[in-house]
Amino acid sequence: MENILSILVFFPAVAGLLGFVVTKESIRAYGIAVTLVVFLLTLWLWFSFDMNNPGIQFVEMIPLIPDFGISYYLGADGISLFIIVMTALMTLIGMASMGETKNIKNMIISLLFLEMTMIGVFVALDAIIFYLFWELSLVPMLYIIGAWGGPLRVYASIKFFLYTFTGSLLMLVGMLFMAYIYHNLTGVWSFAVTDWYALVLPVDYQIWLFAAFFIGFAIKVPMFPFHTWIPYAHGQAPTIGSVILAAILLKMGTYGFVRFSLPLFPDASVMAITPIAVLSLIMVVYTAMIAYAQKDMKQVIAYSSVSHMGIIMLGLFAMNAEGLGGSIFQMLSHGIVSGALFMLVGMIYDRRHTKLLSEFGGLASVMPKFAIIFGVMLMASVGLPLTIGFVGEFLVLLGFYKVSPMITIIAGTSIILGAVYMLRVMKLAFFGPLNNEANQKLKDLNARETWSLVPLVAIVIWLGVYPKPVLEPINNSVNALLAFMDEKAITKEAKDMIHVSNSFESGRPTLSIAGGK
Amino acid sequence: MLEPINVSLESLNLITLAPMLIAIAGGLIILTIDLINKKLDKTLYVMLTLLILFINFGAVLGLNVNERGFFDVMLIDGISIVSQLMIIGGSMIFIPLALTSKRFHEFAYPEFFALFLFMIAGFQFMAASDNLILIFVGLETASLALYTLIALHNRANSYEAAVKYFTMGAMAAGFFAMGSAVLYALTGSIELYKIAEIMATRMSETGLMIAIFGSSILLLVAFGFKLSLFPFHTWAPDVYEGASAPLAGYMSVVPKVAAFVVSIRIFGMYIDLGLEWVRWTILILAVITMTLANVMALVQDDVKRMLAYSSISHAGFIMAALALDTTEGNTAIFLYYALFMFTNLGAFAMLWISRHKVRRFHKRYDHPFEKFAGLIQIMPMGAVIMAIFMLSLAGVPPFSVFWGKIYVMQAAVNAGYIWLAVIMGLNSAVAAYYYLKLVVYMFLKDPVKSVDIVYYNISKPLMVIIGFATVATVTAILYIQPLVSYLYYMISASGY
Repeated sequence: MENILSILVFFPAVAGLLGFVVTKESIRAYGIAVTLVVFLLTLWLWFSFDMNNPGIQFVEMIPLIPDFGISYYLGADGISLFIIVMTALMTLIGMASMGETKNIKNMIISLLFLEMTMIGVFVALDAIIFYLFWELSLVPMLYIIGAWGGPLRVYASIKFFLYTFTGSLLMLVGMLFMAYIYHNLTGVWSFAVTDWYALVLPVDYQIWLFAAFFIGFAIKVPMFPFHTWIPYAHGQAPTIGSVILAAILLKMGTYGFVRFSLPLFPDASVMAITPIAVLSLIMVVYTAMIAYAQKDMKQVIAYSSVSHMGIIMLGLFAMNAEGLGGSIFQMLSHGIVSGALFMLVGMIYDRRHTKLLSEFGGLASVMPKFAIIFGVMLMASVGLPLTIGFVGEFLVLLGFYKVSPMITIIAGTSIILGAVYMLRVMKLAFFGPLNNEANQKLKDLNARETWSLVPLVAIVIWLGVYPKPVLEPINNSVNALLAFMDEKAITKEAKDMIHVSNSFESGRPTLSIAGGK
Repeated sequence: MLEPINVSLESLNLITLAPMLIAIAGGLIILTIDLINKKLDKTLYVMLTLLILFINFGAVLGLNVNERGFFDVMLIDGISIVSQLMIIGGSMIFIPLALTSKRFHEFAYPEFFALFLFMIAGFQFMAASDNLILIFVGLETASLALYTLIALHNRANSYEAAVKYFTMGAMAAGFFAMGSAVLYALTGSIELYKIAEIMATRMSETGLMIAIFGSSILLLVAFGFKLSLFPFHTWAPDVYEGASAPLAGYMSVVPKVAAFVVSIRIFGMYIDLGLEWVRWTILILAVITMTLANVMALVQDDVKRMLAYSSISHAGFIMAALALDTTEGNTAIFLYYALFMFTNLGAFAMLWISRHKVRRFHKRYDHPFEKFAGLIQIMPMGAVIMAIFMLSLAGVPPFSVFWGKIYVMQAAVNAGYIWLAVIMGLNSAVAAYYYLKLVVYMFLKDPVKSVDIVYYNISKPLMVIIGFATVATVTAILYIQPLVSYLYYMISASGY
């Protein structure tokens, strides 16, 4: 099945269309079945993936509009492979654990279309096809937030849409300019990213193009100061919306940096290290402080999710294998952990219809299973060793230490700050006396909820103890990417930066040490 | 003794006139049929019109590129063929919209259809000539017919719209005549290609600049009215509001295609002569047009008025492509309108099916946003289709207008106007808000009151047209390639 990526993209869409026929009573089972099939297909993709090949595999290319140079061009490498698997997994689990009952049919169909666009973004290798899926993903999300959200849902959904749309239109201009340069140099039109990789651009062009792409991606991540849409989106979105948003949609932004910004503009990327590191630091520290001040449990998780995205951004611009590899690993762990935390908050919200911390206390005695799973996820979020959160965060900090010890130390406080606000949630919600009458009869997790969370707990511990199967393919692709950037960079500073970091361990891929942990 | 005038029939090359003659003959046939039997139904006339347009379409397809005919006043080049095809295509989508389930006054008259065909002939003359007098005749024929068609919609604000459009149109015609007169005074010719030649030789003469400046400004004002560019756009929302919904949609596409062809010929000539200020004037007007219209559209309460402002904004978008004066820019104009045509006519047709005799939702407006609240619950398919049209207009891929948009933006980037592409991008982002507003009303709000008959006017032919527009909007990605290569070939063949 060489065309498995096409199947992965179109299967959910076709299933979504057919879903209109399925009745309301059976649609949940239908949705779970479809997403399960998608997940199994991604597992197949994983196992038939050649782990020793750092390049792009499962390539499909059909010229769509040859006059523009637009083609249907898909492929996956070690970087996108696991994000695709994570996308399928989180959609499946999100759908399985979903408590919504209102208009369930529209919800399931929207989710299936959303899954198509998300997988599409991660497998597209043609800039226009990438843009197409990127924009299309806004529409189902707009509907999910707007139709099932809280009281301010319409405002939140429009804000989400317009913010991302504006940024991505500037990115589109960047893409068009890129294609124009390619045409000028080669005489052919092409939007294929792999063709663009071959271009060596003058530094001033790189800076402008980097800025255009940066706006598109940074709004999605969301980087400070473009993050103001996310508290509304998370605050108003239904549980499933927050799960998908935090676990997958935000990763589109960071993935965009890896796929476009770094390899296309290596010199501009190196120049951007300091500004981006500063913005990331602000994200990490500032949102962690905001998280501490929240009264609403979901907002704590939301801000902590933004704070951890700051760590991912820092790692991307470390320009070495530890930082970049760790950052991609952190994308996966962030997806699983923050997704699970949002699900957990959703479960308690379904029972009590409130998310205010002051309403809870002593839940551990009435809901032991819930408390245990929440505790595990919380520890993983903080970055406790032997959980998935530790590996990525540690590697990122290790990688960035070589760039700037000072910034790394400040960023390292995120682990402490994270522990502070997360343990506060733990204390207020689960420990202490069980004072509130309403909490005394709360039911613990039922079978559906438990079994949708247990796989995530297993993954959190498995990859925390033994991350090698995932880290190694990522590492291969990351090393290839860095070697490519090093070769392509034209300024001396960039060459030094990329080179120095790599040669730290005498030029050999270094992650085998970290991977063995 | 007078020499006998000797014109051989062959040198007239009458085939170049055939498409217009077919339309005019068709109009006369319809009038004759009405004389013979007065009791015939509109369905007959609609189908007859459709068939006449079909023959007309075939006649245009059969024309050879780069021919002249009829004492060399007819010019059949690539853009004239392409634009005639688009004019006829747009008309063929429009005319079946007369077959509503409810009876509307204007379609009861066969004169409606005759006038409609005369109007098409007028547009075709505009597109297929570089003789300023023939262009003027075509413009007036088409405009006068169009004013009448608007007024036939038998409502107080239709008369207002028609009179407003007529007054503005008459002004525009006056400006066009004066501009042409200045050109004639300068060069002694009314043929654009000769004017260009003579002007090129006289460019260095002192004192001539003022005359050239005057002629270009007069013509720019004339076409500013026709294309609804800032500051001559104020008529458009009122006229669209007064006209019936399909006619408003039609007016946002077909007359503008004809006017754009003439604009390409005239302003392309000025820019080719090296008059950069013409280019900059057009660029600035285009940028102001798209921005201002977008801002105005944000605050409209009526969907039809919102779509009117959005059409103005799209026209500004395309006008910017015209100022680039590259083959890609000119291709972009036609590509954009070809794609925009389906989506915009589809959107107006969706308004048309919800048109009531009395205004049930608002004192003044036929289509306030509240009317569409909760449409997803009342008419799920209609809501999804309307949402697709709105997303397409907003430029969300993979729907049709997105491809037009990136082609225009790519043309701007290629011509070195990156700032223009950025402004276009930002404008699209602003525009997304008002399109989304309708989507939000349809999907996220609850129905207001007894809206059981929102789809009051629907009938099989309307459903077919809307279905066709939807398919064309959704599957654009599949036919862009042949469309672009055809348009590019035709336009580069005619040297623009």
